[in-house]
Amino acid sequence: MSVDRAEARDPLAAPAALAAPVTLPPALAGAEPVESVCTPIRMTYTYTPGRALSRYLRAMADKRILGERCPATGQVFVPPRGVSPLAGTAISEVVELPDTGYVDSFNITRVPIERRPDLKPPYCSAWIVLDGASAGFLGLVINIAPEEVRIGMRLRAVWKPAEELETSAANILGWAPTGEPDEVITDYERIGRIEADPT
Amino acid sequence: MSSEVLQAPLVLEYPFTRSTGPVIGAFLTGLREGLICGIRRADGTVLCPPQEYDPLTAEPLTELVEVGQTGEVLTWAWNGDPRPMQPFDRPFAWVLVRLDGADTPMLHAVFAASAAEMSTGMRVRVVWRAEREGHIADIAGFEPVRARKTA
Repeated sequence: MSVDRAEARDPLAAPAALAAPVTLPPALAGAEPVESVCTPIRMTYTYTPGRALSRYLRAMADKRILGERCPATGQVFVPPRGVSPLAGTAISEVVELPDTGYVDSFNITRVPIERRPDLKPPYCSAWIVLDGASAGFLGLVINIAPEEVRIGMRLRAVWKPAEELETSAANILGWAPTGEPDEVITDYERIGRIEADPT
Repeated sequence: MSSEVLQAPLVLEYPFTRSTGPVIGAFLTGLREGLICGIRRADGTVLCPPQEYDPLTAEPLTELVEVGQTGEVLTWAWNGDPRPMQPFDRPFAWVLVRLDGADTPMLHAVFAASAAEMSTGMRVRVVWRAEREGHIADIAGFEPVRARKTA
């Protein structure tokens, strides 16, 4: 192959139109043209959750929800990660949380996800703050039309039947409205700042 | 509390569908029809697989041409431990194969019984998949062309 770098265009010049007409070899005359191609990217992992999340998942098998308290600020985070996401320090205190909380924010999904036939649109995912927690975590709001979900709505976990419980967060089928009065959210600075070195 | 380490399978998948444009689309159409297209540059040389723009001059390229279904292995690497979704479930060679009528090589796979069968400069022939849909995997791979026996 010859190298004709001397004729090279200005690399910053705009390229010619993308849809320049192409000429095909005779054998392709009349063939239905391919216009798209499926190119899935797939990565298969074996996931090991580590100490903090393993403790959380084992508690899930008993229908208990464990969070962790940040030693620097006293804030409670769930799911637990073993370190405070705020201070970055190791956690020393595990906190058991109730399976009730409120909608901090939510989203209604109307487009299906391939290979998730269990998620039938429209469905509502919510950022749920458990009673006693300082931050939310993700859950599915069920037993209510998505359009009726609102910020502040009180929810309770709906668990799998006892005989189906595993060491899995999937033990919570979703979160259903309790019918209690809405949470009045005033604590907008719930996730605070660290002003000084906690040590 | 159990000290057994918890673990679970986790599959992360992005089911992309890409639009091909006229050049890659023609290449894939050719594969579905059982032929391989290259694209001609201004100096007459042929890129295979075809590209939309000349890699040296950035000129748009439009003249698709059919190239041969046999070619020469320019370089290769033996894969003794294939992973899922690779071209073969048995050991095979990754190759850069320059098809007859093309001036640039294409990355693909050669199905050989062992690395001892592989050599730079060897001749190979395309093996088509029976069911073709307009995808690079319509080419199952390449097989060595045996030297004709002299009686």
